[in-house]
Amino acid sequence: MILIHCPYCDEKRPEIEFANAGQAHVARPLDPSSQSDEEWEAYLFIRANPRGRHHERWRHVHGCGRFFNAVRDTVTDKFETTYKAGEPRR
Amino acid sequence: MSGYRLENGGRIDRSRPVEFSFDGNPYQGFAGDTLASALLANGISLFGRSFKYHRPRGIMAAGSEEPNALISVDRGAGRFTPNLRATGVEIHAGLNAFSQNRWPSLKRDFGAINDRLGMFFPAGFYNKTFMWPRSFWEKLYEPAIRKMAGLGDAPTQEDPDIYASTYAHCDLLIVGAGPAGIDAALEAMGSNKRIILIDEQDELGGGALADPALWPWLERSRKALIDAPNVTILTRTTAFGYYHDNFIGAVQRLTDHMPNNSDSPREKLWRVRAGEVVLAQGAIERPLVFDGNDTPGVMLSSAAKVFANRFGVAVGTSVALMTAHDSGWHDVFALVKAGVGIKAVIDVRTELSSALLDEASRLGINVYLNHSVTGVNGRHRVTSIQICNNDDFVGARIDCDTLLMAGGWTPSVHLWSHSKGSLAWRDDIGAYVPDQPNENARCVGACSGGWDFGSGMIVDVLPTPKDQSRIKAFVDFQNDVTAKDIKLAVREGFRSIEHIKRYTTNGMATDQGKTSNLNGLQIASTALAKPVTDIGLTSFRPPYTPQTFGALAAHAKGALFQPTRTTNIDGWAAENGAVFELVAQWRRARYFPKMGEDMHAAVNRECVAVRSSVGIFDASTLGKIEVVGPDAAEFLNRMYTNPWKALEPGRCRYGLLLKEDGFITDDGVSARLAPDRFHLTTTTGGAARVLNMMEDYLQTEWPDLDVWLTSTTEQYAVIALQGPNARKLLEPLVEGIDLSADAFPHMAIREGTICGIPTRLFRVSFTGELGFEINVPTAYGRAVWEHLMAEGAKFDITPYGTEAMHVLRAEKGFIIVGQDTDGTITPFDAGLDWAAGKKKPDFVGKRSMARPDIVAPGRKQLVGLLTDDPNVVLEEGAQIVADPRQPIPMTMIGHVTSSYWSETLGRSIAFALVAGGHEMMGGMLYIPMPGKTHEAKVSGMVFYDAEGARLHV
Ligand SMILES: [Zn+2]
Repeated sequence: MILIHCPYCDEKRPEIEFANAGQAHVARPLDPSSQSDEEWEAYLFIRANPRGRHHERWRHVHGCGRFFNAVRDTVTDKFETTYKAGEPRR
Repeated sequence: MSGYRLENGGRIDRSRPVEFSFDGNPYQGFAGDTLASALLANGISLFGRSFKYHRPRGIMAAGSEEPNALISVDRGAGRFTPNLRATGVEIHAGLNAFSQNRWPSLKRDFGAINDRLGMFFPAGFYNKTFMWPRSFWEKLYEPAIRKMAGLGDAPTQEDPDIYASTYAHCDLLIVGAGPAGIDAALEAMGSNKRIILIDEQDELGGGALADPALWPWLERSRKALIDAPNVTILTRTTAFGYYHDNFIGAVQRLTDHMPNNSDSPREKLWRVRAGEVVLAQGAIERPLVFDGNDTPGVMLSSAAKVFANRFGVAVGTSVALMTAHDSGWHDVFALVKAGVGIKAVIDVRTELSSALLDEASRLGINVYLNHSVTGVNGRHRVTSIQICNNDDFVGARIDCDTLLMAGGWTPSVHLWSHSKGSLAWRDDIGAYVPDQPNENARCVGACSGGWDFGSGMIVDVLPTPKDQSRIKAFVDFQNDVTAKDIKLAVREGFRSIEHIKRYTTNGMATDQGKTSNLNGLQIASTALAKPVTDIGLTSFRPPYTPQTFGALAAHAKGALFQPTRTTNIDGWAAENGAVFELVAQWRRARYFPKMGEDMHAAVNRECVAVRSSVGIFDASTLGKIEVVGPDAAEFLNRMYTNPWKALEPGRCRYGLLLKEDGFITDDGVSARLAPDRFHLTTTTGGAARVLNMMEDYLQTEWPDLDVWLTSTTEQYAVIALQGPNARKLLEPLVEGIDLSADAFPHMAIREGTICGIPTRLFRVSFTGELGFEINVPTAYGRAVWEHLMAEGAKFDITPYGTEAMHVLRAEKGFIIVGQDTDGTITPFDAGLDWAAGKKKPDFVGKRSMARPDIVAPGRKQLVGLLTDDPNVVLEEGAQIVADPRQPIPMTMIGHVTSSYWSETLGRSIAFALVAGGHEMMGGMLYIPMPGKTHEAKVSGMVFYDAEGARLHV
């Protein structure tokens, strides 16, 4: 069971306290109605599936409840870093 | 009869005889014996039948790597454990063990015909033979093969034992308490580290238990470790898996070695998080590959030493050794010392240390260098062996009842590999050793490839003058894979060991190839003429040895498997004969049958009561979220399809929630209590999901909004009072709220008290009748319910359950998200486009409602169905076709989502999702069901009081 560092609690906690919430840095367009079908499709459905570094969102759902971002290696399953929502991509 | 108990020696307690039984026959051993050592001491050499060929098999090893001697232990009803290794079962008074995979008996086994037919069972046999036709596979081949080729029988009764589990944390976890593991513990003992030392055997010592010279050291060390307050010793504990971040799973066997079943836990699951892990798992001796190497009486050389020195058992009266490694010679010398008769030592090598030769000569042992065993005589026990010179193949026969094999050593890198530590190949020992760690871990002792038992030569198959395609030289004993099978796989084009493994099943038995992986790899390497490192290594995966489901489940079974959520009113329902159902994790009253009523009768009565007087319903399970803050209305306006900003405090609104893809995910009636405060309700099953989704948007998309979300599902008990007499019943009990129709209209909320209890009183209806939902603090739920029941007696108040609720809502055309929708239904599909705020510039899912697929014709849409025969209640889930005369397979255009008998309407009603359904109003559709195809007319979904006259009173 992986240990995950919650950037809000500033503690490493067991994986079972967290829930994955999909790819990170996929911002909802500010004005969805202005999006073309293609743009909206890309926002809704098109996601990266990298081998290696992956930016993803996690929620400390059984802890502080906050969503945050993480960089995880999809090969080794190791977390490189975690950081608060809204901070720049690492 | 050839094994026997030595006069002296061993760590068994000869003053404590133990009676036990094997295959129904009584035997005697001593305290400290394993089933294997005790039966060997009784002269037993036949322990089981092999997996595929049903060949007679004996003991090959002394530890958990044993591939042959799988046995079952019966501890009484429900306590049947198959596939235990006889070498790991401690005997105790009354132990009741059985051999496996034989019929009618171990000695006379009909399945042994497979061995004679061996030429018909090559590698890939099952894949090639039983391919077609498919129905034969399911009905004939598989059951027959399962019966013939098998391990022990699976238990058929529920396991009555209890299992414990715990989490533990330590600075240093040491796996394996042989000399290397004990040294690591002694070294760390003086620090202030918290240390856990785990070993799978019943006592510390590992390999030292078979070396009497080390026993004084072992005893001193054991005492020191026991006395150290910072050391926790777990014996009879198998570390079965090594997971991320130094998380190790281990199972401790607590009671199986004791005579009587007890009420205390049988096993305990340890989940250990360690700062550092030291692996001292030792090494496993490799068998040699030659014709007949699976005959009972052929075993690992090191095992014979363990049986002699640890258990005081001679494995035979005349013992020969076939070796490629120095360690075999040392074992034989130890056996001589213990009093075991040695017939000959055959070494495949031509040159070896003179010290070994001198010692053999001093002990008077016949030595054959540059020789190999080419055949074994005897079926249920070795009677003699054929050997021959490796160069000229000049042969000889040696009479013996036991043949030892010393093929070298394989470091146990299982847990290291679980942890994703890398491995390096070492040509000198013909094995992989730990290389770079992936966790804070290191290997010590033999599992790191370091040992003091000499060197050897790597041979894949012993030289033989025989036709290699006609001999049975076993590689994987448990799965009956021979050298020939691996060569065949290579000939048929398999190149990677991962493929060869799956085709031949080498290493895929319950022992995961502990004794076979490296031999298989060497044989494949030779056959492919490629270095071992070029053909790969199969992965080790947990568990290291098989573990019980009981231990892994531990407390999480029965009522503790997952919590059952109950409302404050649940106890009343139980006392009043409710029949319950589970909705998400909630236990809800489904209906309240009166004497002699079935569900149908009860539901009909409950529905009529609501429509004619008043019904009472426990709606406490509804999800509730308190939304508070200056931007609360703005937030809800963005989340829900409906407009919220203009909703006046004191009013309610039906809210429809979409996902961003435009599909309905939840709904519920919500109320505005104040400009900055809303009381949301969600579906019973959707509460957590909706809160998570709202938090997601609030935290990550709109962090500028000043809003707080709090789950209040469990803060309120909710009692729905529904029916034309609801107001009359409620009025005298409520204070501070004017219940009149003008002051308190439909879809409004008021705060006041009921029976003196503070309440948020909703005037809402999921039944189509005048209705109220009374929210009171949870602890008061039952008290208020009972008061309403007492006061309602004059109206013949009727408690109703979820089943009647479903019927009543369906009569009114109200959908249930998740039953009438399936995650691909838009508001338009569901006929709820009125709830989607067209004037709102944006809300979650709005843009998707204009996606090309969403606006395309032919989408499945929700409609009502009225069967031609009003007495027919369609099956929920039944498929719908447009033309019943079309050939099978018919084109299915939809399915029934909800279907009930409506006592109020005197007929059946149904909802269905039908492709293009909104365009079919008044048309006929067909529903094939078992026995008959039914006809139904497409209708609107509101079957009762379409104008809402009963609501606005
Ligand atoms: Zn946190």
